[in-house]
Amino acid sequence: MAPAQSVELRNLFAVSHFIKKVCEEGLTELGEPAKIKNYVFFEVEILDPKTKEQLCFLDKVEPNATIGEIKCMFHRAYPQWYPSRQALKLDPKGKTLKDDEILQNLPVGTTATFYFKDLGAQVGWTMVFLCEYAGPLFIYLLFYFRPPYIYQHRHAFTSSPYPVVTLACVCHSFHYVKRLIETIFVHRFSHGTMPLRSIVKNCIYYWGFAAWLAYYINHPLYTPPSYGNKQVNYALALFTLCELGNFSIHLALNNLKGDGSKTRKIPYPTKNPFTWLFFFVSCPNYTYEAGAWLGFTIMTQCLPVALFTLLGFIQMTIWAKGKHNTYIKEFKDYPDIRMPIIPFLL
Amino acid sequence: MASGEDDGSVEEKDNHKKRTISPFALAWLTFYNIAMTAGWMVLAVAMIRFYFEKGTHKGLYKSISKTLKFFQTFAVLEILHCAVVRTSVIVTGVQVSSRIFMVWFVTNSIKQIQNEESVLLFLVVWTVTEITRYSFYTFNLLNHLPYFIKWARYNLFIILYPVGVAGELMTIYAALPIVQKSGMFSVRLPNKYNVSFDYYYFLIIVMISYIPLFPQLFFHMLRQRRKVLHGEVFVEKDD
Repeated sequence: MAPAQSVELRNLFAVSHFIKKVCEEGLTELGEPAKIKNYVFFEVEILDPKTKEQLCFLDKVEPNATIGEIKCMFHRAYPQWYPSRQALKLDPKGKTLKDDEILQNLPVGTTATFYFKDLGAQVGWTMVFLCEYAGPLFIYLLFYFRPPYIYQHRHAFTSSPYPVVTLACVCHSFHYVKRLIETIFVHRFSHGTMPLRSIVKNCIYYWGFAAWLAYYINHPLYTPPSYGNKQVNYALALFTLCELGNFSIHLALNNLKGDGSKTRKIPYPTKNPFTWLFFFVSCPNYTYEAGAWLGFTIMTQCLPVALFTLLGFIQMTIWAKGKHNTYIKEFKDYPDIRMPIIPFLL
Repeated sequence: MASGEDDGSVEEKDNHKKRTISPFALAWLTFYNIAMTAGWMVLAVAMIRFYFEKGTHKGLYKSISKTLKFFQTFAVLEILHCAVVRTSVIVTGVQVSSRIFMVWFVTNSIKQIQNEESVLLFLVVWTVTEITRYSFYTFNLLNHLPYFIKWARYNLFIILYPVGVAGELMTIYAALPIVQKSGMFSVRLPNKYNVSFDYYYFLIIVMISYIPLFPQLFFHMLRQRRKVLHGEVFVEKDD
């Protein structure tokens, strides 16, 4: 079924463009009524970026195949590299292609060349958070009940005479139980996975700090706060309000993603007063989180807790600034008055 | 790892690229590196003179301690230089911090170990290393690098680095019983901030941390050496 008109197929771009047009419009434009739509399959080769060796060659790939589907095909050839572990790029030094990109929309000829990078073992986000949060929960409780060998033997299985110690245990545990519940029932994660190395690093950080601060708060020689019950009560109020605030924000963000579409939307305050922080701040969830830990610090008057709060605040500020800048880039009408994490300040 | 040399990636990068630093920065860096070379040479001469006059290393540290503290502390500026000179801030930071730690928190604070042989050992290593390193930087900035300086910088470390680390570790080890007995720099419970710090265990952790850190820095220098002296091209691991 040669076309009546000849087309100058001078270079690869012209060829791919021609094929694309034929696929889309049939041969009608070229004079012949298209009875059968010409369908051109792509070929995909996947190379190692360093050695340029061809790792895999796929022929008869549909033009509308997504990167995700190509990754599945690659996985069949190399079972050890499951799709979430693969990074495919058009250029060895280029950006990683997203899974939902379509083959024919990419700037490739009919033989597409991709470069493969192994991202290492990956773990799903849900599993990541369960590990990261279950650890501190149980570790703190462990110290609370003072098993032998942690403190001096005569203190084994004793309990502290100070109510603030029990209160701290309740608050800490509540914080992590809430996080676990949110991970299971509330959050929807955009990326599928996280590299294994990161989890080990994060778990060491969370579990290590939990052990360190639990050690001091539950120590037989613990000194309760200098300003007594007043300090504890105000701190508890701050902690509770911030936990409620944090939970409200998570719910609000979750509803934002509710319709299943992948497009991002600007979060706005809802009827819930806790969400009114959205007027002033891009990431009120981080604001509330920092506030909760500040409350916990004041409640326990423990320097390691203060250090943990500070480090967490620094990290969350970095994340908030990133998120804030992404929002500004994506939305032209993003509210001017909003700051990343602290209203008017930071 | 304080005795080791840092990345060296700066000068090597600059060799292939046109110098883009301002004349003011160039003048300051040249002055800084000449001053530091001179300073460490003064230290070297003072150490040699002391040894020849007294015949022993006892009291040597005390005689040079002011000069040592001055020049080693001045090196903190190198962290700021990273902004101009495109070195990694983290590597330089670790390097300088470990030197400051040794000088101020070990030898300066724990007087009883100042006459240990291990102190002399790392002092000699540091002196040779720093004279080589700063003169390398100086000549590089002036675009007139004699081969023997380049050779020295990228070969001497093979001996100096492990020897220096040995000297530092032995010094810290010798300091341990004194620290334990005196309880210096330590905070005990109970206190109103509910924290404790035991300098003895901290020093032990510092010693252990040499195990992962020293090989990394050492092999980094080896790679730099192969790149600079033998023109080997390394395929960098990205990300």
